Amino acid sequence: MSAPQWNNKVVKWVDDRLPVISMLHHSAYEYPTPKNLSYMWNFGSLAGFVLVTMILSGIFLVMNYTPHTDMAFESVERIMRDVNYGWLIRYIHMNGASMFFIVVFIHIFRGLYYGSYKAPREMLWWIGILILLAMMATAFMGYVLPWGQMSFWGATVITNLFSAFPIIGDPLVTWLWGGFSVDNPTLNRFFSLHYLMPFVILGLVVLHVWALHTVRSNNPTGVEIKTPQDSIPFHPYYTIKDLYGLGVFLIFFSAFVFFAPDYLGHPDNYIPANPLVTPPYIVPEWYFLPFYAILRSIDFTIFGIPAKLLGVLAMFASIVILFVIPWLDTSKVRSSKFRPVYKWFFWLFVIDTFILGYCGAKAPDDYFLGIPGLKVIVMGQLSTLYYFAHFLVVMPLVGKMERTKPLPASISESVLKEGANA
Amino acid sequence: MRKFALTAIAAAFAVTAFTGGAAKAAGDAPVPEAQDWSWQGLFGTYDRAQLQRGFQVYKNVCAGCHSLRFIAFRNLEGIGFNEEQIKAIAAEYDIEDGPNDDGDMFTRPGIPADYFPSPFPNEKAAAASNGGAVPPDLSLMNKARVNGPDYVFGLLTGYEEEAPEGFDLADGKYYNHYFPGHQIAMAPPLYDEAVEYTDGTPMTLEQHARDVTAFLNWTAQPELEARKALGMKVILFLIVFTAMLYAVKRKIWRDVEH
Repeated sequence: MSAPQWNNKVVKWVDDRLPVISMLHHSAYEYPTPKNLSYMWNFGSLAGFVLVTMILSGIFLVMNYTPHTDMAFESVERIMRDVNYGWLIRYIHMNGASMFFIVVFIHIFRGLYYGSYKAPREMLWWIGILILLAMMATAFMGYVLPWGQMSFWGATVITNLFSAFPIIGDPLVTWLWGGFSVDNPTLNRFFSLHYLMPFVILGLVVLHVWALHTVRSNNPTGVEIKTPQDSIPFHPYYTIKDLYGLGVFLIFFSAFVFFAPDYLGHPDNYIPANPLVTPPYIVPEWYFLPFYAILRSIDFTIFGIPAKLLGVLAMFASIVILFVIPWLDTSKVRSSKFRPVYKWFFWLFVIDTFILGYCGAKAPDDYFLGIPGLKVIVMGQLSTLYYFAHFLVVMPLVGKMERTKPLPASISESVLKEGANA
Repeated sequence: MRKFALTAIAAAFAVTAFTGGAAKAAGDAPVPEAQDWSWQGLFGTYDRAQLQRGFQVYKNVCAGCHSLRFIAFRNLEGIGFNEEQIKAIAAEYDIEDGPNDDGDMFTRPGIPADYFPSPFPNEKAAAASNGGAVPPDLSLMNKARVNGPDYVFGLLTGYEEEAPEGFDLADGKYYNHYFPGHQIAMAPPLYDEAVEYTDGTPMTLEQHARDVTAFLNWTAQPELEARKALGMKVILFLIVFTAMLYAVKRKIWRDVEH
């Protein structure tokens, strides 16, 4: 990684004093990238793009938003109606949140499928989970800001979860609210933190990319780069590929912003918050539904621990468990491409998360897909059980017992073989 | 690995369709019948004449109890009125202003910058005059209900003279097919010839309901036409631009075995 010689005098002068240009050259230009990355590797840069989009659109929204319980709803409507292109900025921000989660969920599933969490990428994986947690906190607080019915009642339900903790529960919730119910102090602090968190995420993203560039990108074979023939420079190969992917993504994003801007939202959030009227169904945004289903599925006590506390713990555990999968997965092979048994369990797990999402959207007493006798709550419990079993049972056992397919000697070899088969 | 990519994209579509639909399916009342609306589809726009008729219905019927607090008279330009007409409409309303230099509140005729005045001074007054139920603001009604326009139309046309046998209708309530729980405090607001149209449109209950629903869709989404028009340009540009990026990508990767 010898620093390039800069011909331009100004560039050289700056770079001799602060080597930012060399650093960028090193990490965005010559970064040796496996040459066999599929389009599944586009989602990291897409997530970065959405983060920047959210920060920029958010900054412009703040210029016209008022974080006060009496004015928040109205100020959002003012943005929609009176600010030039305010509707565009707000719909980008609103749908951008959903896009962020779509992109990041695919990014995480890709990491799970190709074993991108295994050594030496544990730190990279951990930082990714921290980003997910920070995103969830940010999205939750952002949803409160328009101060509609779902904003208010969503905030009430979720903050109330902390009251499940023994002894400290109630004081903790009062402390979070800044009062004895969700009210103006709550709205103000959520607004403050909602503005802060994206920059925390940005910092985590810098660490994420730093860790990535230290251990290098994984690839569909899961075999590390061995010779220079296995890799190509990031620019122009992956800059253009990422740009093409960005184009496709923007078409998808725009379809929502311009033609179905409220499709992913809940109609109740166009009713101003009213602490005296509880909506018949309090449903979180779609990206929280699987976690919400896990929370609700615990309706029993174990060893005298109340159901509510168990539910909260299960919900947090569903994400925290991701931290330890580098050790729960006992397989020596990274990529599921060469794991004929685990591959099926992976897709079962994906389906399981969809089922959880469906259960989270429905009332517990509804019937699952209208099937008589199969209550949503029961299906949610089974899916929750499988969710944890996947990590705690399937991953360790299948890794030990499975006969994996032979790995290619190198990335280059696998590329040549696939070329010959095509 | 291409298969995986396609599956993932399909999954992304599925998750949006699946959870979006699931979240919206919750509810007890019957699903209102889907109507044809002029603004639907990629190229749908508002019908200005219909919006003006709908405004007439709002003004003469709904406005007696329902506020429209996010709409100013100046906004009526969006349904095709010119400046003179808007000034005339605004002047029909008495707007409370003040305090003046003597410290007193006073009323004056409305100007285009004023917002539609609310029929009741506060929620308590609204509830007191309506048997305890507060008539909701209508500015966002079409966005604040599942299948908004179909629901509003269904509600306005969904009254039954008598509740079905065995249904226990409370005093002062009316039976409505589409209202959650079927008991609504609002008396049937529309009837044939409730409002006099001057453009020859049939003055039926159904037509009144259709027109006022269209007007309320405009109050909820006044940006709809601008949004779709811009969206068309943006997406056409993106398709061409992305195709070009793809061609460049192919060219750059031409000599790489991957």
